[in-house]
Amino acid sequence: MHIVVCMKQVPDSAQIRVHPVTNTIMRQGVPTIINPYDLFALEEALRLRDRLGGEVTVLTMGPPMAEDSLRKALTFGADRAVLLTDRAFAGSDTLATSFALAAALDKVGREFGVPPIVFTGKQTIDGDTAQVGPGIAKRLGLNQLTYVARIADLDPAAGTITVERRAEGGLQVLQTRLPVLITMLEGVNEIRRGGLDDAYRAARAQVVRWSAADAGITDLASCGLKGSPTIVKKVFAPQGRAEQVRQVPTIDRSADELAADVMAAIFQTQPALEEDLLRFAAGQ
Amino acid sequence: MSDAPNAQPPKPAAGGRAGTKRELPERFKAYKHVWVVIECEHGAVHPVSLELLGEGRKLADKRGVELAGVVLSGDSLTAAQTAAAAFEHGADLVYTVTAPVLAHYRNETYTRAMTDLVNTHQPEILLLGATNLGRDLAGSVATTLRTGLTADCTELAIDDEGSLAATRPTFGGSLLCTILTLNYRPQMATVRPRVMAMPAREPGRWGRIVEHPLDLAEDDVVTKVLSFIADRESDKAQLAYADIVVAGGLGLRSAENFQLVRALAEVLGGDYGGSRPLVQKGWITADRQIGQTGKTIRPKLYIAAGISGAIQHRVGVEGADTIVAINSDPNAPIFDFAHLGVVADAIELLPALTRAFQAHLSVNRLAG
Repeated sequence: MHIVVCMKQVPDSAQIRVHPVTNTIMRQGVPTIINPYDLFALEEALRLRDRLGGEVTVLTMGPPMAEDSLRKALTFGADRAVLLTDRAFAGSDTLATSFALAAALDKVGREFGVPPIVFTGKQTIDGDTAQVGPGIAKRLGLNQLTYVARIADLDPAAGTITVERRAEGGLQVLQTRLPVLITMLEGVNEIRRGGLDDAYRAARAQVVRWSAADAGITDLASCGLKGSPTIVKKVFAPQGRAEQVRQVPTIDRSADELAADVMAAIFQTQPALEEDLLRFAAGQ
Repeated sequence: MSDAPNAQPPKPAAGGRAGTKRELPERFKAYKHVWVVIECEHGAVHPVSLELLGEGRKLADKRGVELAGVVLSGDSLTAAQTAAAAFEHGADLVYTVTAPVLAHYRNETYTRAMTDLVNTHQPEILLLGATNLGRDLAGSVATTLRTGLTADCTELAIDDEGSLAATRPTFGGSLLCTILTLNYRPQMATVRPRVMAMPAREPGRWGRIVEHPLDLAEDDVVTKVLSFIADRESDKAQLAYADIVVAGGLGLRSAENFQLVRALAEVLGGDYGGSRPLVQKGWITADRQIGQTGKTIRPKLYIAAGISGAIQHRVGVEGADTIVAINSDPNAPIFDFAHLGVVADAIELLPALTRAFQAHLSVNRLAG
């Protein structure tokens, strides 16, 4: 079975800094990583391949340097990597991104076999929209299974799949027909350490690189900024609160003295809270 | 590539950067009114839908249009009860689509019902809760309609020219950005639970109900709901709706020290959580994460221990009545938005606070 995992290379958000004066993002020196949520999708795909045979292709859209993340995915054990890169995609919002990725997936299907399952992470850590997966599913007519906690059953011969999907207050057990798009929930598996042979293979592997034209995209009006219905009007840093923070003095106070001061300050700020707490304590 | 059923709307006229000009195509000019999707899975109205009605009311008033609730459900009793809740929280009218295939949420049936409704009654703004249901549905509907969708907004407003200005954190939560959908309709946005305040309920308030048919039989639906495994009560974090929340961050230095957060929360009868790095380190589960990508909270008291206060955390806690920040770094951004600040090591102060509250509460209980 051929499985495709759509990934994104993202800046490591823990290391993003905002310039204190200009309020702009300081991009320089921020390392990039595979979107952490995508690793759950990749591991799930690798497990299915190990169990059922076949191949895992990782696909990403991004600048040429996104090849680093694809190569990393190869070291985890992916069999093939495809990079969709073109200046025509610059400024894509989620609708334009799903257009380009859907076209690339179509091409992947023609070149390397139509995948019955396409995986993505549940969202990215830079955009956090969770919209691209559903966008791809809709465009390609794939049955959509989001927030999947477990694949309970997969029968490629019958063309059916049963999953447990995270919903409000519980898990929905859904059965549907292949082909599907699955977004994996976080924390449901742990990405493997690739073997030494995977590392060798990844270092030598040729990452397939497609431009818009290579992917068969002719409708450039649906790509990039032109194909994006949303526009960013402004980017800004949040304002501080008008009232200053009230600092509880700490000099020459032991931890217990300080704790008493903090408690008193809390009750002074919100007298009703003390009554609530006493009522809670009395009820215990 | 197979295409969605709807034709691509005409692109704005050439010249200049597409999308930056306001040139609403003729076919969208009739789009009017503000809609809120009212979630009612398992017969219970999701609070986020009512919170959105409060926000939708302001947008509709500013635009001088009506506020409508959208209720998709499997039976007329659920539809009627949900519509009543929508009216009491500010809706002028409610569109109902009632059909057995809508009894449980499925992307296929809900996307079909929703896009039919939008194409028939043509709203200018469509709001959904950023729940698993809302996000699953919104992405499909926006793609089918080929319109813009802004996720996880923290502020919604109408700009000077009448467009929806949707503000959300960006760049991993380090800055905010305002996003517009100028030339497409409806303008879609999702908002996470507890980000907006719950509007006051007006008992007895009523409005019009507009029923819309759905021509879809179960045999035509590919995806089947086999069963529903309900969470055990004890598994459910009530974080979003807790009155008191204590949370920890990387300043706690180890997973073991997180116990100090739980101990204080327990004495206060509150709930506990943590910042995003703690989930990534595996110190807490994802349902305990507080911030833009986790839970948004609006407690009476929020105690943040060893949390630096990046924007992505800030937007998740700003609705708290009183924010107490404990951090050993006097320059930590959390002091920009906390009400009470304590420059101290959380690992030492947390147990002292637990002792102080414990003593205070037991002494006064005996006295009372």
